[in-house]
Amino acid sequence: MPAVSMTVNGKAVTGDVEARTLLVQFLRENLRLTGTHVGCDTSQCGACVVHIDGIAAKSCTTLALQCEGAKITTIEGLADPNGPLHPMQEAFREHHGLQCGYCTPGMIMAALDIVRRKGHDLDEKTIREQLDGNICRCTGYHNIVKAIAAGAKAMGRGGPARQAAE
Amino acid sequence: MSATGIGAAVRRKEDIRFITGRGQYTDDVTRPGATRAFFVRSPHARARIKAIDVGAAKRMPGVVEVLTGAQLATDKIGNLICGWMIHSKDGTPMKMAPHPALAAGNVNHVGDAVAVVIAETQAQARDAAEKVKVDYEVLPAVTDPAKAKSGPQIHEVAPKNTIYEWSLGDQKAVDAAFAAAKHVTKLDLINNRLVPNAIEPRVALAEYDAGNDSLTLWNTSQNPHVARLVIAAFVGIAPEHKLRVIAPDVGGGFGSKIFIYPEEVVCLWAARKVGRPVKWTAERSESFLTDAHGRDHVTHAELALDASGKILALRAKTIANLGAYMSTFSSSVPTYLYATLMSGQYDIPQIYCEVDAVYTNTVPVDAYRGAGRPEATFVVERLVEVAARQMGLDPADLRKRNFIKSFPHQTPVIMAYDAGDYNASLKKAMELADVKGFNKRKRESARHGKLRGIGYSTYIEACGIAPSQAVGSLGAGVGLWESAEVRVNPTGSVEVLTGCHAHGQGHETTFAQLVSERLGIPFENVSIVHGDTDKVQFGMGTYGSRSGAVGMSAIVKALDKIEAKAKKVAAHMLEAAEGDIEFKDGKFTVAGTDKSAAWGDVALNAYIAHKFSGQELEPGLKETSFYDPTNFTFPAGCHICEVEVDAETGKTEIVNWTAVDDFGTVINPMIVEGQVHGGIAQGIGQALLEGAVYDKDGQLVSGSLMDYAMPHAHDLPSFKVGLTETKSPSNPLGIKGCGEAGAIAAPAAVINAITDAIGSEQVTMPATAATVWAAIQRAQPAQAAAAE
Repeated sequence: MPAVSMTVNGKAVTGDVEARTLLVQFLRENLRLTGTHVGCDTSQCGACVVHIDGIAAKSCTTLALQCEGAKITTIEGLADPNGPLHPMQEAFREHHGLQCGYCTPGMIMAALDIVRRKGHDLDEKTIREQLDGNICRCTGYHNIVKAIAAGAKAMGRGGPARQAAE
Repeated sequence: MSATGIGAAVRRKEDIRFITGRGQYTDDVTRPGATRAFFVRSPHARARIKAIDVGAAKRMPGVVEVLTGAQLATDKIGNLICGWMIHSKDGTPMKMAPHPALAAGNVNHVGDAVAVVIAETQAQARDAAEKVKVDYEVLPAVTDPAKAKSGPQIHEVAPKNTIYEWSLGDQKAVDAAFAAAKHVTKLDLINNRLVPNAIEPRVALAEYDAGNDSLTLWNTSQNPHVARLVIAAFVGIAPEHKLRVIAPDVGGGFGSKIFIYPEEVVCLWAARKVGRPVKWTAERSESFLTDAHGRDHVTHAELALDASGKILALRAKTIANLGAYMSTFSSSVPTYLYATLMSGQYDIPQIYCEVDAVYTNTVPVDAYRGAGRPEATFVVERLVEVAARQMGLDPADLRKRNFIKSFPHQTPVIMAYDAGDYNASLKKAMELADVKGFNKRKRESARHGKLRGIGYSTYIEACGIAPSQAVGSLGAGVGLWESAEVRVNPTGSVEVLTGCHAHGQGHETTFAQLVSERLGIPFENVSIVHGDTDKVQFGMGTYGSRSGAVGMSAIVKALDKIEAKAKKVAAHMLEAAEGDIEFKDGKFTVAGTDKSAAWGDVALNAYIAHKFSGQELEPGLKETSFYDPTNFTFPAGCHICEVEVDAETGKTEIVNWTAVDDFGTVINPMIVEGQVHGGIAQGIGQALLEGAVYDKDGQLVSGSLMDYAMPHAHDLPSFKVGLTETKSPSNPLGIKGCGEAGAIAAPAAVINAITDAIGSEQVTMPATAATVWAAIQRAQPAQAAAAE
């Protein structure tokens, strides 16, 4: 079995994988980072979104071996376990942007990528279009949109996303 | 109202683990030595299994075992069941066909499991499954419910593929009312088949403890105790006291995770056989082929009115497709959860509803968010809207003319509505939606080449399922009460063990709000425990918008007992008579004095028991209640949908959505709004996007997220949500429940809006651009003629 080495959430890791092992399987099963989820088999749902070298990618459609030498960030890497939450995480809680929580890690990772590409001042139309790769069955997206707008603003200010929710 | 009490928009406790990726969903659970299961499934809609050869599969790398339906039968594992008995009009019981967890004789739908491979890894199990050779004799299949009765007979017990022919209401009286009516509106309606698609696929992980001869099942279940009961009592895998079922964090259910499925049965059976834990995780395409589907009704409906638009009667005939086997609650959905809501919000003197349930070679159909009530609302609200158009009446006025105005109101279809104010929600919705300005907006849209339409849906539902005697008399095999145990710890914190289950509804927060306010203790000091049959007393689970109305009522009753006992303890501590003790804001006081004891001291004293002897009062402070509701609850409201249709392409854009709902008492408005949003999204999905499609050979063509159109963020608008309140008189908190309302109301509102926009009623769900465009084309000659 080939070996693969990468950096995940700032830590150097190595593992033995099959050629066909997906990145999401490597994260969940080899590294026991179960925050990244599998929701489909056609790359539609977005529950598996992580960052590879700073760019959002679907870990269900990426082979572990493709990530040799790469820097991976998962949901677990956004905040110190004992430290403050990332402003985008805060925003999701503040604006009730999650219900069952299953799509949420992928949604948050995708949201960060929207901010990277579109900036801190996101309007509703932009957010809705940019979420094409993420499906939520619980929330109807209304509060996810509010959360992402607030989180983006807070990231611009470098602070928490506390805004009066309607 | 305190910052964390009833009515406060408290932010959720459970969010912390979900937003940091530390939730524990069933696939996250690992057990030492666990194997992986992969099912071999029929590629045919209907076939006879002539032979299965597992030899090659067993020799594949990593394979531990390969098991078939024949072995399941030899081991005398019982069949899955439907737990709600329905009788036909002629008194005969429903025709429940055998449903083994692995097929051994015939397979009856694409996806029907015939064997299972147990291997060291998922990939090895999947590789080996491809080597299982099944010799099928392909048989003719039927998938269209309208053709089921004349199709090949699927099950021996059910001639003409008919499960039951059921009815509700007085047919003679209804026929007489129709004969005397000034106006009759007739509609043929299809309620399209849906796939629930919770984002978390189903998972079952079973482990056998040989030392105790006991089994543990981790399962994505909305009701672990019910799963345990059915598996123990009917399937016979293990007796109840030797079976533990754990439903940890569950990623959405919407009904699809209520039912007991073949996969968990097979994993339990296999775990004992191979002596190692067995884990199965559905792939999404498997979910499409195995999760119970929803809806799938074909209906002819008629509404009779007098000259002034007063409704005289309603009748409907429905064919309900239950699929290849009867799923756990399937029989109840098109009968007692459907026909009993045919009165809508209206005072209708006579109603008659006939329902024929049929087998087809499709995935089994069962409850999906709304379960019967979206189907009923679609019938009633389309009839009313079309009747208004045909009679030249304003659709809001026609509704107002017929609203029930005095309560309690006994409908002709069993349900007695206890409280409501339908005018209030309609009025508020019309204001929020600025209905007055609609005509101006319509002209503006026309200037941009768009057709603008507006549609109403004034829905009602029966939820807070349910009073046990009532549902028992209607055929339910179980009671639908709920349980709660309130455990006060010596240091004053509280754990509430609830028989409900949260898979997105926020119970860890809302239940804590209730307890914290009642006991006057900090919100942080209250924990909610659910989902483990070893920890929690028997409960019926979460579905049917019941956790507030029934689950919280059980907590209230348990809290009543806690308060009563705590007062006894306080009386001993304060050397006063029990009747003189008052409890308010976390403090026990002797009436008329300033002698008091704090909650924390009383809790500690209950356990130290120094101030009283065990003969006067038992030590401890822990009380249980099993609460049986006295009635259903009746949430109701008004949704108004405004659309713009592009006449050239048929594409619909929802430009405004207004929802005003009456849920009675609201514990956390933020969570309630979230439930409404999610329900509306699923209802819009049904109306515009979703539909499970079978081809003529019984292949599920819409079998993945590439082919089945789930709503994405850009398909949906933001929602204007408001509330009115008439408390439910039938539970201590006055809660009606809110989880399904959006899904119930929405489809009719969307279709009413589109048909208004294009001036044609020939719009079926999902109202894709192609469907709407075709309706526009068909309507043109008639519209041109009308204009002349």
